[in-house]
Amino acid sequence: MELEPVIGLEVHAQLKTKTKIFCNCSTQFGRSPNENTCPVCTGMPGVLPVLNFQAVTFAIKAALATGCKIARESRFDRKNYFYPDLPKGYQISQYAAPIAEHGHLDIETQKNGAKTIGITRIHMEEDAGKLIHDPVRARSMVDLNRTGVPLIEIVSEPDIRTAEEAGAYLRKLHTLLKYIDVCDGNMEEGSFRCDANISLRPRGQEKFGTRTELKNLNSFKNVEKAIRYEIDRQAYVLEEGKSIIQETRLWDPNKNKTASMRGKEDAHDYRYFPDPDLPPLIVDETWIQSVAKLMPELPDQKMVRFIEQFQLSVYDATVLTSNLDLADYFEETIKGLSDIKQAANWTMTTLLGMLNAKGLNITQSPVTATAFSTLLKLIEKKAINAKTAKNVFEQMVSSCKTPETIVKENGLEQVSDHSQLEELVDKIILENPDEAAAYRGGKTKLFSFFMGQVMKNTRGKADPKIVTPLIKSKL
Amino acid sequence: MKISKDEVEKIAHLARLDIDDSVKEMLSGQLSHILDYIDKLKDVDVEGVTPSHGSAFLNNVLREDILGVSPGPDVTLANAPERDEDFYMVPRIVK
Repeated sequence: MELEPVIGLEVHAQLKTKTKIFCNCSTQFGRSPNENTCPVCTGMPGVLPVLNFQAVTFAIKAALATGCKIARESRFDRKNYFYPDLPKGYQISQYAAPIAEHGHLDIETQKNGAKTIGITRIHMEEDAGKLIHDPVRARSMVDLNRTGVPLIEIVSEPDIRTAEEAGAYLRKLHTLLKYIDVCDGNMEEGSFRCDANISLRPRGQEKFGTRTELKNLNSFKNVEKAIRYEIDRQAYVLEEGKSIIQETRLWDPNKNKTASMRGKEDAHDYRYFPDPDLPPLIVDETWIQSVAKLMPELPDQKMVRFIEQFQLSVYDATVLTSNLDLADYFEETIKGLSDIKQAANWTMTTLLGMLNAKGLNITQSPVTATAFSTLLKLIEKKAINAKTAKNVFEQMVSSCKTPETIVKENGLEQVSDHSQLEELVDKIILENPDEAAAYRGGKTKLFSFFMGQVMKNTRGKADPKIVTPLIKSKL
Repeated sequence: MKISKDEVEKIAHLARLDIDDSVKEMLSGQLSHILDYIDKLKDVDVEGVTPSHGSAFLNNVLREDILGVSPGPDVTLANAPERDEDFYMVPRIVK
C-alpha cells in the first residue's frame, strides 16, 4: 500500500511593532528579565487591553500579500489554559472570527514544480512568556517580556505533500513577510516559528489519517528533517499494522528524531469564548486601500521584472530577488553598467561567496554597492582584467578603499598597448627557443606557458584578448 | 443540565484546581444549577437580533504604536510568591 503524506503548516510571525499588541510595553528582544512588562501584559486584575493600530495594519499587509480575503469584522477570543508562560490564564487570540481567510502562496520545488498552497486563515494573537528550566532544581524561571508581543498565525491548507514542499513554502513565506516589512524574520530570536501537522493516508483515499503535530522547528533545515523523520516514523508504525496516536511531538535537533510531548489524555480543551474587554475590529475598504498603497513590489513580481528588464535567467533572478536587501543592492550596482549578466555573476559568486565566508548579510557588506559598481565599470572599460579585478575586490574587502585607489596605488591598470605587448611576446619567444620549437612541432599545450610568461612579466595585467592572438601569430 | 462528577474533575484539572473529593458532589449540583439558569436564555426569542459579543456598542478601540514607560520587574514582581533576581520562580512543570 502506497502512503501519501498530508502536511499543513502553522507559522507564527512576530509583527515588527514597537510596542506590544495590547499595551505600550516595548517588544525589544534581549532585555533583562521582566523589564518589558506592565500590569496589562502580566494580566493584573482590572486592567484593560487596547489593540495596537499598527499591528492590525501589519496583519492587513500580510493578508494582502497572500491574497487573503480580509474580514470586515473580526473579533478576539480567550483561549484558556493554565501554564506559567501566560499569567492571565488565557491567551487573547482570534479564534471564531479571524482577520483574514482564503489566501494562497505559490511555491516551486525541483521534484514537483510549481504548485499553489492554500492559506486557510491569518489571525492575530499575543505571544506567551519564556520559561527557563533550572537544570539542577525542580523549578522554572519565568520571564514575561515576550508576553503580549503581537503575532500573526498563518495557517496553511493541508496541501503540502513532501518535506521539500514544506521547506519551499516556509522560505517563500519568510521572504514575503520580510519584503512587506511586517516581520524581521529572525528565527533564532523566535520571530518566525513553525509547527507542522502531519498525517499519512493510502494514496487515492479522501479521508485524512490521524495526525501528529510537530513543534520546535526553529530552522528551515530542521523543518525538512523533522518532517522527513515523522513521515518515515508514521509509515513504519502503519506498516506494522499499528495506529498513529494523535499527539504533539517535539523535534530534537541533537538526536535527529521526534519524541512525544503529551499524550491523548491531555488533549487540549481551551474553552474559547469572546473576550469581553475587546470590542470587534472593523476593517473597512478605506483602511484596506490605504494599506494597499503601502505595499511594495512583491518577490514574484520583482523576479519577473528582473527577467524582463535585465534579461536574466530564471535562476539568476530567483537568487537575486531572494531577499529585498540583496535585490536593492543589485539594482544599485547595475546603475550605469552595460553588462548586466556579468554583474549578476559577480554578485552571486564573488560577492555572496565573500559574505557567506565571513558570515555577513548583504547589509553588512564591507563593499558598498557603489564601490562594487565602480569595480565592474573598470572591467567593462577594460581598465583591468577579470583576474586583477578579483584581486582588487579582495583588497576592497580588507581595506575598504575604492577600486580606483587600489588600482592606482598598486599600478594594476590593464596593459592593452599593442606595441608594448608585441615587444614583450617577441622577447619571451627569443628567450625560450626550446619551448617555441616544441610548440611549433605540435605541442600546442605550451601556449599556456607563453601566456604565463607574459602575465608574469606584466604582473597579471596584460589584456589576454590582445596577448592571445599575438602569441599565436608570432609562433 | 447535569454536570457529572467526572466533568467536575475534568474542569478542575483544566483549571489546575485541587478539589477535595467531599465537595465534588456539591460542585456538581451547583454547576448544574448555574447552567440550568443560563439555559433559560434559550427560551428568549432572538429571531432577527444581531449577535453582540461585547458589553458596549463600540468598535475599533485602537491605540497608536507609541512606546510607553514600563514599570519594570520591581512592580511586576511585587506580589510574586517567589522570585530569583528578576525572574518569577515557579515549580517545574515539564520533566
